[in-house]
Amino acid sequence: MDEFMAARMQMGVSLGFHIVFACIGMVMPWFMFVAEWKWQRTNNPVYLELAKAWSKGVAIFFAVGAVSGTVLSFELGMLWPTFMKHAGPIFGMPFSWEGTAFFVEAIALGLFLYGWKRLNKKVHLYIGMIVGISGVLSGIFVVSANAWMNAPSGFDWINGQAENIDPVAAMFNKAWFSQAHHMTIAAFSATGFAVAGVHAFLYLRNKLEIHYKAITIALAFASVAAVLQPISGDLAAKNVAKLQPAKLAAFESHFETQEKAPLVIGGIPDVENKDIKYAIKIPGMLSFLAHGDFNAEVKGLEEFPKEEWPPVPITHYSFQLMVALGSFLMLLAVIFWAGTFKWKNWLTKKWWLKLLIIATPLGFVAIEAGWIVTEVGRQPWIIYGIMKTKDSLTPMPGIQYTFYTISAVYLLLTFVVTWLLSRQIKVLHKNYL
Amino acid sequence: MAEANLLILVVSLLLYVVLGGADFGGGILELLTKGKASGVVSRAIAPVWEANHVWLILVVVILFVGFPSVYSTVLTTLHIPVLLVLIGIIFRGSAFTFRHYDIDEVRPKAIYSAIFQYSSLFTTFFLGVTLGGIILGEISTNYQLGFYQIYIHPWLNWFSFAMGIFMVLLFAFLAAIFSIGELKDDKQVAYFSRISKRLIIALVLVGSLVFLSAQISGHSLFSDFLHSPASNVSIVLATLALPLLWVLLNKNKGNLLRLVAGFQTTMIVSGWFAIQSPILVKIKDDVDITVQNSSAPYQTQFYLFIVLVVGVLIILPSMVYLYKTFHFEKNGTEPY
Ligand code: HDD
Ligand code: HEM
Ligand code: HEM
Repeated sequence: MDEFMAARMQMGVSLGFHIVFACIGMVMPWFMFVAEWKWQRTNNPVYLELAKAWSKGVAIFFAVGAVSGTVLSFELGMLWPTFMKHAGPIFGMPFSWEGTAFFVEAIALGLFLYGWKRLNKKVHLYIGMIVGISGVLSGIFVVSANAWMNAPSGFDWINGQAENIDPVAAMFNKAWFSQAHHMTIAAFSATGFAVAGVHAFLYLRNKLEIHYKAITIALAFASVAAVLQPISGDLAAKNVAKLQPAKLAAFESHFETQEKAPLVIGGIPDVENKDIKYAIKIPGMLSFLAHGDFNAEVKGLEEFPKEEWPPVPITHYSFQLMVALGSFLMLLAVIFWAGTFKWKNWLTKKWWLKLLIIATPLGFVAIEAGWIVTEVGRQPWIIYGIMKTKDSLTPMPGIQYTFYTISAVYLLLTFVVTWLLSRQIKVLHKNYL
Repeated sequence: MAEANLLILVVSLLLYVVLGGADFGGGILELLTKGKASGVVSRAIAPVWEANHVWLILVVVILFVGFPSVYSTVLTTLHIPVLLVLIGIIFRGSAFTFRHYDIDEVRPKAIYSAIFQYSSLFTTFFLGVTLGGIILGEISTNYQLGFYQIYIHPWLNWFSFAMGIFMVLLFAFLAAIFSIGELKDDKQVAYFSRISKRLIIALVLVGSLVFLSAQISGHSLFSDFLHSPASNVSIVLATLALPLLWVLLNKNKGNLLRLVAGFQTTMIVSGWFAIQSPILVKIKDDVDITVQNSSAPYQTQFYLFIVLVVGVLIILPSMVYLYKTFHFEKNGTEPY
């Protein structure tokens, strides 16, 4: 592996790790908030138990999210110093707001986790809400920084220098809105299904009310998010078609510029021959999805010099995977709503619980796939159309070793967190028996 | 504008050193006292733990937004010690939380404790080494030179190591002082006072070692210091605080002790800063990186300042509320 590849892999691993904890840190506080609110309204102690059990999980996830985020804020400079030197002053605004939001979140979480006895009940409840709001805000801000890399704005690029910097225009770049809603919805969907899945598994083993309540709360969020996700994804795709046509073409392995462009489902891209094999094609559909018109022209990769093509197969497979998972989760959400209105006592049926268990990791798989789509699809650019990724690489040799080290550390951490949570759950069960 | 943001940066760094330092020091203290301090510091610090560490993130963000070449240059040339710090931060932060939240069982707790303690020491030491590298002036941006010259030499020297040790002692000292305010038992208070006094003596010794090792490495830290009136004042005040601390330790005045120790650390950091300024990073074979030549354009600094002010207005009251809720009281009731 060369230095450049190692650096990209290290960035990918670190972000891919962080995003899981960040999403949980964004969404779980909302679940806790609902559980606590229900407890205060109904006085059913099971809700309190649930809120407290979840809050221990959140503390663990938050801490790991915080350390991995801290690592990221250094890694950007350790791996891509040239990029950060130019980009820092431009896209720093969202990072500064993000920092503020983190701060509020960390403070509020401290109060929430340790304040069960010391704070007034209502105050405690609303502090839970502040944790949730600031978590979501920090996610939305950091996505603005990433969106800026996709749709750079707020500066003039003159002779390899950024001039006339306007940090506000950079923050409100054209990709922010579509990425931010898609990401936020994704976090709710993925975390919701993961939580529901874990509690479905536990319920099958041990029919406790607490798991039932947990499933209901988690699904209430996840089922709304999963229905909105494809709609929001469609908006995101339309935006990509406008801003980064080469990326859209890579999603779909779309080589030739065409009117009535077909939507490609599945298939194996053959980059040499500019073709895709074994795919299902729906004529005109891509034109419609990208531009809202079945006859519209969709630019193919042939329009771009070959050295500016993103890696097509990875982008294509990841995109297909994300959409497939999105469709499946939406199906689950539809079943959930249909069931809720039509059937009685069906939430604990075996087949449904088993479906939920299958869905446990799927939202997170879709999130990872989605970020690969976004990040790999932007290649070879680190700032789209302005700066190439390889030109911003650190001069330090031996990045392979730092990549191995970081990966090993995160792998270990993944095992420990999993083990820890399973122990927490065992204790929860013991307390009931 | 750049100066205002720099000031906020220095204050954040200071808060990180004082608040985060007491927490890093907690681990070191546990190690020094072979577990006797275990629990005292971490119980006191658990609720404010996350918040204390966000100061570091604020420092980093101000750096790469406002002074991007400082950020890029330091992270390129001091890549290795920074990486070690980061690995330390990962292990420390996780082990601390795991110890707190894992179910009660003896063996895993002992392992978490060991990881927490050793990585506290390790991280603090390399934090000091990194700072030493920034201060000393052996950083070179002529990347044609060999690997050793660019990536190792700036931090692998006596001065940086002395800084590492100084940092370890300083943090342990802060933690010891911090703990005294949390203790009820007179025997324990006496024990921690004794440790604090020893740490004070060690700090004075290693502090002189820092100057000495700079001299050995061929740098004029001492004469720079003599020529900067502001840093003279700071160091004199820091030194004057020592006997005061000693007296307070004998009298066992918890909160006053914290105040004086915080003041002393502030003086050390500002003394250092006064020696440096306006240089931010000394470069061996090129122009030094200063506030002026590294500052982002005015527009950036302006908006950064606005965000920071708004941020501070939101954060400070919440922070005070957080501390009020959990601190300055001697009853150590359990959180749950
Ligand atoms: C639960 C996770 C999840 C699910 C089910 C989906 N997505 Fe997604 N998608 C993401 C999670 C995600 C993400 C990880 O959150 C990304 C990465 C960057 C971003 O803003 O969101 C993303 C990016 C992303 C992009 C690229 C945006 C860019 O590069 O700027 C497009 C075009 C779509 N998505 C479209 C879809 C469509 C049409 C879906 C149909 C079902 C879909 N996504 C489901
Ligand atoms: C948390 C979700 C994210 C994930 C999972 C993610 C994933 C990735 C991956 C897989 C790569 C490697 C791309 C390649 O090798 O082709 C990458 C690169 C990169 N990402 Fe992201 N990314 C995320 C968000 C962000 C954000 C929010 C930023 C910055 C604000 C960012 C900045 C970068 C940079 C600077 C690189 C390296 C250069 C490049 O390959 O383009 N990423 N990321
Ligand atoms: C789209 C991608 C990202 C999302 C959605 C996201 C979101 C979050 C959230 C919600 C948190 C709060 C901690 C938690 O609740 O677990 C967090 C923590 C953190 N993130 Fe990210 N993040 C992303 C990418 C990044 C990147 C690229 C960086 C660095 C450049 C970063 C830096 C940090 C830092 C420093 C923290 C720790 C803050 C603390 O101590 O409270 N994040 N992130």
